[in-house]
Amino acid sequence: MSTSPFNIHTGNELTWNVRPILFEVRHALEALLENGQTSIIDLRSIPLAPGEEETILNTLGQGEVHARLNALGPSEIYETRYAGVWLVTHYNEDEAVVSRFIEITELPDILKSQQEDMSNALTELTQTLGTQDT
Amino acid sequence: MKKDLSLKDVKLKNGDSKPETLGEILRSQKVSRRSFMKFCATTASMMALPPAMIPVIANALENARRPSVIWLSFQECTGCTESLTRAHSPTLESLIFESISLDYHHTLQAASGAAAEAAREAAMEENFGNYLLVVDGSIPLDNPGYSTIAGISNLDMLIESAKGAAAIIAVGTCATYGGIPHANPNPTGAVSVKDIIKDKPIINVPGCPPIPVVITGVLAHYLTFGSIPELDHIGRPKAFYGQSIHDRCYRRPFYDKGQFAETFDDEGAKKGWCLFKLGCRGPTTYNACATTKWNNGTSFPIESGHPCLGCSEPDFWDGGGFYKALSMPTDDISKTAVYAAAGAAAAGAAIGALNRGKKNTSNKIHIKTTIDDLRK
Repeated sequence: MSTSPFNIHTGNELTWNVRPILFEVRHALEALLENGQTSIIDLRSIPLAPGEEETILNTLGQGEVHARLNALGPSEIYETRYAGVWLVTHYNEDEAVVSRFIEITELPDILKSQQEDMSNALTELTQTLGTQDT
Repeated sequence: MKKDLSLKDVKLKNGDSKPETLGEILRSQKVSRRSFMKFCATTASMMALPPAMIPVIANALENARRPSVIWLSFQECTGCTESLTRAHSPTLESLIFESISLDYHHTLQAASGAAAEAAREAAMEENFGNYLLVVDGSIPLDNPGYSTIAGISNLDMLIESAKGAAAIIAVGTCATYGGIPHANPNPTGAVSVKDIIKDKPIINVPGCPPIPVVITGVLAHYLTFGSIPELDHIGRPKAFYGQSIHDRCYRRPFYDKGQFAETFDDEGAKKGWCLFKLGCRGPTTYNACATTKWNNGTSFPIESGHPCLGCSEPDFWDGGGFYKALSMPTDDISKTAVYAAAGAAAAGAAIGALNRGKKNTSNKIHIKTTIDDLRK
């Protein structure tokens, strides 16, 4: 049993939301395998007692992939120890968490290069090479 | 990407005076599509929308035009503006905030006096019928001299500014329900925006102060969908005020088991038991504190060991003492008992409903709730 800074005892499941969320993840992973359906769970929309989010994250653990974005402040994305289950955490520039999602997918969309960015990149690269030629 | 996202610096192209879309503004600021998608994901979470809505939000925000916003502050303490400007995600929320054209806010704007009023009048004229009017603070009716801005009474300024507004967002409990100025004996005759303006859509965003992301969430909703969100019976967006603090409280299981803190330093308090008997207004208070939380998502009052004061409810200041347990209306105990038989959760909802509906009556015949009452 852990104790929060406010001397409130935590550690046991208090809201009974921890296991339902983990089962939701399991069902979503099953759906991903069976028909390719991806899912996102917004952890900020569910009431959790102090320490319960930590319990969920500890249960999911960390897997092989760990990425850090720098887009409007940092974002941390890692695959949990369960392949296909990712944790996506967006921070602001003060490194405070602004949103946190569990994504059940082969690869979170935000990690992929975006069409508009690639189009801009092509223009910029072409310009850079053009400048170098002159 | 660059840190300063001051969209006000964006120059219009080729003298084009048409408002730019948010997508164009972001691209001119070199905000990558990936950053934009992150922004949309956080906005969905902020608006309490399901993640499946992220692509819809992205598409709508891409094409959203920058609305003019006029912000009026009447009888208030500036806590609502403080709440918003101290918002915990400055980059993302400044994007929302700066994707509006804040044409008048007398606390934040550099201009003062006649120049400030001229800016308000110009914005109203240019955007007549289309601007958003944000109001914090209550309006005194007893004597117009109690609160004036540039010699204009709050009442006159509200009526004048509301005429051309597409919608009004009343921010804070003072603007929504009169708040502390309205508290007994209401020396200034303070009333809410809704008491005066009857012919415009009004979104009530109560709280003392409101949660900052709720303020920006409502703005984001307007930007995204060009309409006002679904409201409850007292004008609050259901996405944020649809459920009681009690129903979303992580201490709810203690309530269901009848485990209560009796004082602020007893064993129950130390064990984090339910604060109902210490006056918690969670069962009668509708707000997003229990999930959205405060201070970088750190906690909310109950998590810090203090009962909810019910600050987003009408007349919360006159509720009969913050540390008295909620009243149990004696004439409805039998009804409560029926709900209790159906389960503790339903009992909680029943107490909430009874107290919401009969708050005034029950305060007059105040009877302290006991553990035995809850077991009935």
